[in-house]
Amino acid sequence: MLRRYAHIAALLALLVVEVAVIVLSVPMLVLSFTMGLVFLFPWQTMLVRRVAALNRRLVLGWTGVEIAPPYLPPPPPPVPQADGMYRSDRTLYRTPRMPAWNNRWKWLISDPATWRDLIWLVTDPTVKIVLVPVLVLVPVRGLRIYALWSRLLLGATAASRLASQVSHLRRTRNLAADSQAAEMRRIERDLHDGTQARLVAIGMTLGAVEQLVDQDPAAAKALLAKARDASSETLTELRRVIRGIHPPVLAERGLADAVRALAMDSSMRVTVDVDLPNRLEAPVEAAVYFAVSELLSNAARHGDASTATVDISAAGPNLRVTVTDDGLGGADPAKGSGLSGIERRLGAFDGVLALNSPPGGPTTVTMDLPWALPGNGARKPSRLPRWKTFTVIALLATAWCPTFPQGFVAAVFKIIGFDEKSWFLALYLPPAWQWPGIIGMITLGVAMHGLAIWLSSTHDRDRWLEAASPARLWC
Amino acid sequence: MKNRVLIAEDLYLLRDGLVHLLQAHGYSVVAAVESGPELLKGLLELRPDVSIVDVRLPPTFTDEGLQAALAARKQLPGLPILVLSQHVEQLYARELLADGSGAIGYLLKDRVFNAEQFIDAVRRVAEGGTAMDPEVIAKLLASNARNEPLAALTPREREVLEAMAEGRSNTAICQRLYLSESAVAKHTASIFAKLGLAPSDDDNRRVLAVLAYLNSR
Repeated sequence: MLRRYAHIAALLALLVVEVAVIVLSVPMLVLSFTMGLVFLFPWQTMLVRRVAALNRRLVLGWTGVEIAPPYLPPPPPPVPQADGMYRSDRTLYRTPRMPAWNNRWKWLISDPATWRDLIWLVTDPTVKIVLVPVLVLVPVRGLRIYALWSRLLLGATAASRLASQVSHLRRTRNLAADSQAAEMRRIERDLHDGTQARLVAIGMTLGAVEQLVDQDPAAAKALLAKARDASSETLTELRRVIRGIHPPVLAERGLADAVRALAMDSSMRVTVDVDLPNRLEAPVEAAVYFAVSELLSNAARHGDASTATVDISAAGPNLRVTVTDDGLGGADPAKGSGLSGIERRLGAFDGVLALNSPPGGPTTVTMDLPWALPGNGARKPSRLPRWKTFTVIALLATAWCPTFPQGFVAAVFKIIGFDEKSWFLALYLPPAWQWPGIIGMITLGVAMHGLAIWLSSTHDRDRWLEAASPARLWC
Repeated sequence: MKNRVLIAEDLYLLRDGLVHLLQAHGYSVVAAVESGPELLKGLLELRPDVSIVDVRLPPTFTDEGLQAALAARKQLPGLPILVLSQHVEQLYARELLADGSGAIGYLLKDRVFNAEQFIDAVRRVAEGGTAMDPEVIAKLLASNARNEPLAALTPREREVLEAMAEGRSNTAICQRLYLSESAVAKHTASIFAKLGLAPSDDDNRRVLAVLAYLNSR
């Protein structure tokens, strides 16, 4: 209990900070928007964001109410054009400083969260003072009310979540496109340097045979044998290339058997456990296959492991792949092993990789691919719970009554001085109360309509957004 | 002579080539089919002396041929089948060998280039022997790299083991490694002793024992 009061004391002490920031902010904003001292605006905004971030952290620690930051992701650094100049709108700059500053300015001023923060900052002291009696009498409840108030203005909105998701998707799409282009170049090089060159050699040998066949059949025969061997080598080479593009077992049997085949070809003793309800989508299968392949070869080559286990299973709607080996451990993704490549590859599916590799082993790599199981990709929004459905129907079925007959029609009767009272309750009131009665009826009706619409429109939206958002929203 | 052969291959050129090659070597082609269902029907109804089957066949173009071969051998154990593929996998080799009844082959399609060796493999399978692609054997041995008894073999013994695992008879091993019959017999005895296997005079049973040993890991 004492701790609660300490929290409340800290909360109120922060009032001083907030007031100080307000006192600092007002002149900064006035100067930046009326006197042209625009460089003050980003400073002021970042200052307010600091205070807001502090508030979010404290609220989370004290009440457990998590307030996701609502800010749009910062703009990427400016990219020079082909001529080395940096473009910002219709101006070219030699250095990236000005374009970067412009982008930053646009980023801050166009983010609604900047203004919501400001509204929060200005109103927060008043709210705190109003809440003081509640905080003192019921501290737990009071802190929670304060937390909900903070979340109202400091939390993420649907728009900000979607915006951050769009930027996340854009980044992963670019990564996926990049790695695909790199893959294509590698295949092109393999075919060009290997297969194509060998086929040219075979063609030349056959040309020589054509010339020799009449004069020196024995030499022609020897050359033919050479051509045959060369074609065999070409096929071996081509098989290697195909394995790198899409392993045949994967195409023929799916992920489980392809990983089993990998396990057999490994020099380690590998136990494979695959428990999936049905086959995954082909791109996911390929990504998981190459990831497991890379991890197993890492374990054998760098980790000197002798046994390994691969476990592929469903964790709810997600796919979880765990690869464990008894090697030396101490694997470090920063050291440029294949781990970062795997991470990039999984990134295209919002997948994440967790590595636990203490020196001395064992090494465990866990990969999670959210919503990777077929049929779970697009989750249907859950239906309204029955009580909500009933409430909405009841509201919509009755709301017309106070709005129209009891409200508007009674108002018309009153305006034109019609003497009939019929069943319009407000007209039975004493004359002084008739107008308030009519307005009350209309307000009640409109409120009932509003509540019905609000109930049905907000249901499931947050959960739906959460499900649609990537695991690491703010990375 | 066991010379009734069935061919299952979806590429017309290769199918036609195989038909000509086998006919030139005295085989009579009883059926040349191009899809999985046709293959299974042909295997069960015609019971050919030997069948040459491509792994990937229509309609699914996955492992249709392999599945048909396994299904047919389940009903008719020991039905001689030589499986051809563009790539070889230990996984498939183990599935083919799992019933332990022999009369099975698993080769890369490239092996058709060498008609003599290919016909030899067909003949071995027809007679109840085994024909495993050198690449399968290499993979098997590679995945047995940490196997101590295997590591104890001399290089020469290892070569003999490889040839034996491919399904070759003593005579063929002699020719390939330029060894005398008695030297091969000596190496074989030594290999079996080192791996702890019971010696056998029968070529086919010997091959199956070696493959079972390599697969048991």
